[in-house]
Amino acid sequence: MPAFPQAAKQQLANAQLRHNLADATSTIRRKRADVVGELDDWAQLREAGAAIKTHTLSNLDTYLEQFEAAVTAAGGTVHWARDAEEANRIVVDLVRATGEREVVKVKSMATQEIELNDALRAAGIDAWETDLAELIVQLGHDAPSHILVPAIHRNRAEIRDIFRREMGEVGTPAPDDLTDDPARLAEAARRHLREKFLRAKVAVSGANFAVAETGTLVVVESEGNGRMCLTLPETLISVVGIEKLVPRWEDLEVFLQLLPRSSTGERMNPYTSTWTGVTPGDGPQSFHVVLLDNGRTNALADEVGRQALRCIRCSACLNVCPVYERTGGHAYGSVYPGPIGAVLTPQLRGTTSEVDKALPYASSLCGACYDVCPVAINIPDLLVHLRTRVVEQDRGWRSTPVDVLMSLASWVFGDAKRLAAAQRVASWSRKVIGRKGTIGRLPPPLSRWTDARDAPAPAEESFRTWWERNRGGGAR
Amino acid sequence: MRVALFATCLGDTMFPAAPKATVQVLERLGCEVEFPAAQTCCGQMHTNTGYRKQAKSSVRTFVDAFADYDAVVAPSGSCVASVRHQHAMVADGDRTLSRAVERIAPHVHELSEFLVDVLGVTDVGAYFPHRVTYHPTCHSARLLRVGDRPLRLLRAVRSLELVELPAAEQCCGFGGTFALKNPDVSVAMGADKARHVRETGAEVLCAGDSSCLMHIGGLLSRQRSGVRVMHLAEILAATEGADR
Ligand code: SF4
Repeated sequence: MPAFPQAAKQQLANAQLRHNLADATSTIRRKRADVVGELDDWAQLREAGAAIKTHTLSNLDTYLEQFEAAVTAAGGTVHWARDAEEANRIVVDLVRATGEREVVKVKSMATQEIELNDALRAAGIDAWETDLAELIVQLGHDAPSHILVPAIHRNRAEIRDIFRREMGEVGTPAPDDLTDDPARLAEAARRHLREKFLRAKVAVSGANFAVAETGTLVVVESEGNGRMCLTLPETLISVVGIEKLVPRWEDLEVFLQLLPRSSTGERMNPYTSTWTGVTPGDGPQSFHVVLLDNGRTNALADEVGRQALRCIRCSACLNVCPVYERTGGHAYGSVYPGPIGAVLTPQLRGTTSEVDKALPYASSLCGACYDVCPVAINIPDLLVHLRTRVVEQDRGWRSTPVDVLMSLASWVFGDAKRLAAAQRVASWSRKVIGRKGTIGRLPPPLSRWTDARDAPAPAEESFRTWWERNRGGGAR
Repeated sequence: MRVALFATCLGDTMFPAAPKATVQVLERLGCEVEFPAAQTCCGQMHTNTGYRKQAKSSVRTFVDAFADYDAVVAPSGSCVASVRHQHAMVADGDRTLSRAVERIAPHVHELSEFLVDVLGVTDVGAYFPHRVTYHPTCHSARLLRVGDRPLRLLRAVRSLELVELPAAEQCCGFGGTFALKNPDVSVAMGADKARHVRETGAEVLCAGDSSCLMHIGGLLSRQRSGVRVMHLAEILAATEGADR
């Protein structure tokens, strides 16, 4: 996987992708703005959401223990997983213990993060994604490119081709005369999935929220496929990041307003499923929660960075991000793409690889993400914070052209006399390089500018010189 | 009123027309403008690229240069945002510098804020008989929340035809060193912005930040579009008989 600048370049070359993305994101942006605009207490709701999450994160140990006690009391079992490997092992063992060789899945970012499907396959267990978009991604042997709309990069014609080609390989095939009519595509998916729902004995889910006081898990979705997974199988295994906790049942009142409006631009999401432990004779009779750390406590230890853990994965920041809109999710090389991915992933995975180091720079710092975030995560400040971390960790053993320019500029800006001297050199250079005030070509690394943009030549006379010449008396 | 001009490093070195025009507008409105010669840069380029330690020299020269003023005006929303939001971050851990930053930051204004809020003026007596479209730069719009102040100023300019820019609120893709670190994305964003500018049929693209104008202008110039880019201050400084 190349780092963001190179990966983005490849994606930018895909005109179909850019078209699909621009279309999808602009529609959802408009919907979100409309329904958010309807609420005159949005600002207070947002503040409440941020405050609840901040409070929970600062008392996470207490709430996690409370949650474990409540789940246990309700007949469920809690498992603790430090990292992806541990979480995968726990899930694989639980599935094996049932004697089953397949599971149905409701879309879950946490299981993507730990690459659970691969771990299950290695153990000889098939995992079937049941969220429509996730199904498209799975059948297309592809990776999700959006938190909420994993197949946002695909259009209807591509989806029809994938269904026709792949469905028969793994279950109920698509009808021969399948068209790209959305109703027909949904019908094909429904028939394909129904067979799996009715057969599967084990389901794997994530959760949008976990309520500490009651031990309740919450999943919100639009299709109802998630609810099938949560109610039909005999065993339910939920993999949940530890940051998903909220203290009380009432807290859901805030988040069930913030989430759908921010994510799908709906006033309320169509399906909200909540479950607490097991209920004899109704729903899964065996229930497990795997509480996942996988870097979250590292993020929690970072005073500035921890606010990223407030994220409720609504994807509003992706949909307004001008960078995401042009590159799509794959360029980020991260399960969490877009602005939140650029700050969350380097905290979860660290900033040692080239991919992770480049992520905090995958933004123009325009601030649109901060404006829409329903839990007020200051993503631009976080990006700057993480950039500082990247620069400081690399200092001393490696000097990029940018490092050299930065050190030089810092020295120049430390003193006005040095700046004035640099300006004299710049003005003079104009005579050499800048015909008519524009430069068409600069040497590397500045060629990255002039490859596509003209550059202005430095002014013939700096402002400072002009001022001295005209108002010399007034300068101090 | 006695006002200190912060020309910004880019304005001082590359685009002196913007600070010059700022001086003209302020003087026309009766201000006594001074240029503290010890000033250099706000440090934003360093801070935003992750070179926080290297930003300190800029922040120090900034607070030293402007310590004695109750009003500082800059023709750049981005640099003013950096003073207000980032200087404290950079000074963190240095008590003397932090105190100096805290004292000066509230007195630093972006041009349109200063004209509308401090001087209480929207008609600055300008004349500019051209078709103009306005791009609200991200830091002016989202960090400073200058809102419609620049538009109110432009609407009061005699003979100026203001045309709306499609998708105006979208970032132009400059983003400081983003333009060099992710040149392809930066250019893709800028190309859409330039396309929208051309769609308006405007002769002039106006904004309150020379940096964004350098980026969009660089694309418009490479495309031989014929659209000029001008800083808001330049348009506000234009008067009859001295058409720019
Ligand atoms: S960072 Fe904020 S806007 Fe982005 S997905 Fe998370 S909650 Fe939503």
